[in-house]
Amino acid sequence: MSGSEPLQVSDATFEDEILKSEMPAMVDFWAAWCGPCRAIAPVVEELARDYQGKVKVAKMNVDENAKTPARYGIRAIPTLIIFKGGQVLEQITGAVSRSLIENALKKAL
Amino acid sequence: MPAWDYDIVIVGAGPAGLTAGIYAGRARLKTLLLEKLIHGGQVMTTDLVENYPGFPEGISGFELSDRMRKQAERFGLEFRTGEVLELEPGPEHHLVRLQGEELRAGALIIASGAGYRKLGAPGEKEFTGKGVSYCATCDGALYRGETIAVVGGGDTALTDTLFLCRFAEKIHLIHRRDAFRGEKFLQEQVLAQEKQGKVEIHWDSVVHEIQGRHAVEALALKNVKTGEESRLPVAGVFIFVGITPNTSWLQGCVSLDEWGFVFTDGEMATSVPGIYAAGDVRSKLLRQIATAVGDGAIAAFAAESYLEHLQR
Repeated sequence: MSGSEPLQVSDATFEDEILKSEMPAMVDFWAAWCGPCRAIAPVVEELARDYQGKVKVAKMNVDENAKTPARYGIRAIPTLIIFKGGQVLEQITGAVSRSLIENALKKAL
Repeated sequence: MPAWDYDIVIVGAGPAGLTAGIYAGRARLKTLLLEKLIHGGQVMTTDLVENYPGFPEGISGFELSDRMRKQAERFGLEFRTGEVLELEPGPEHHLVRLQGEELRAGALIIASGAGYRKLGAPGEKEFTGKGVSYCATCDGALYRGETIAVVGGGDTALTDTLFLCRFAEKIHLIHRRDAFRGEKFLQEQVLAQEKQGKVEIHWDSVVHEIQGRHAVEALALKNVKTGEESRLPVAGVFIFVGITPNTSWLQGCVSLDEWGFVFTDGEMATSVPGIYAAGDVRSKLLRQIATAVGDGAIAAFAAESYLEHLQR
């Protein structure tokens, strides 16, 4: 189902897909062997479905993309960053509850 | 009709709690497992579990705990996300207070585990997430090609040093003693990395400050034998200096040892009848997945016997 699944972004597509996005965007920075990242993945997928058409939910694998995490000073994952108009609105690090992420998302709407 | 909402309430969804859940479910007891964050506990941050029997190639911590969760669900265990705010033991049932809710439990199993211990050095708190990390599998890849440090000398410190070798250019392993406590098998692999120049071991050394402007830039080290001080430039520091039990929520309801771990007998019974403890949260010799699952099975069985006697 296109649109309801998180969008996979890379260093190459980050600018166009996220910074120039008309909708607010949330990027989940993750890696395959990071347990807490895998634990919050279902929450990120749920939010992608529930906020379809309102928030662009995306994922970036930090193992394959080094530039963007470095640009935002990310030294810990999972990190979720909410962008609006190309600016960082909120940065959340660690495996947190759905309600905490959702509260941050609502501020971006 | 029993005078409670659940026969057993289990607190904590690591290997001990999940195993207790499997056994309680198969005993057809109405069982609730409460977890404040995510199932798996500390196992969740382990890249590869190599000492749990039955997985000769090793298994990722996430997958192992996910399998345990599925197995418990199959036998009817009910899961809920929630944090226990207060516990009130009683002769008939135990009251478990959650946010806006109270549950009556016939028996309770404490499996709330342990968390990483902090170093307590200046700079540690300010730079957490900015170069200070307690999870190699989470943050290791963000240090690709960089020089980093690991502090500790136990199993976790050694395992995670080996994991970090995949990414970092160089790892300084800082240990306060002159010998490691971790498994010999792990020590051999770390020493092999030292021979290749990937790992440099700083024996008898402690970190007395974590320095930097906006993120970690260096560690101030002190040799505890010679008193010599030095500055070690690093981009990050991974701290594995032991664990501390998650028992503050118990507020002294059950007897704890001097470090805060829960005292139990061989049947996992705490100082309060009907309250059991299992896994890393217990005062015991060896904290491993293999010992946690044993505790969980015994605790569930002991709780079942307790409930049978209570209803007679």
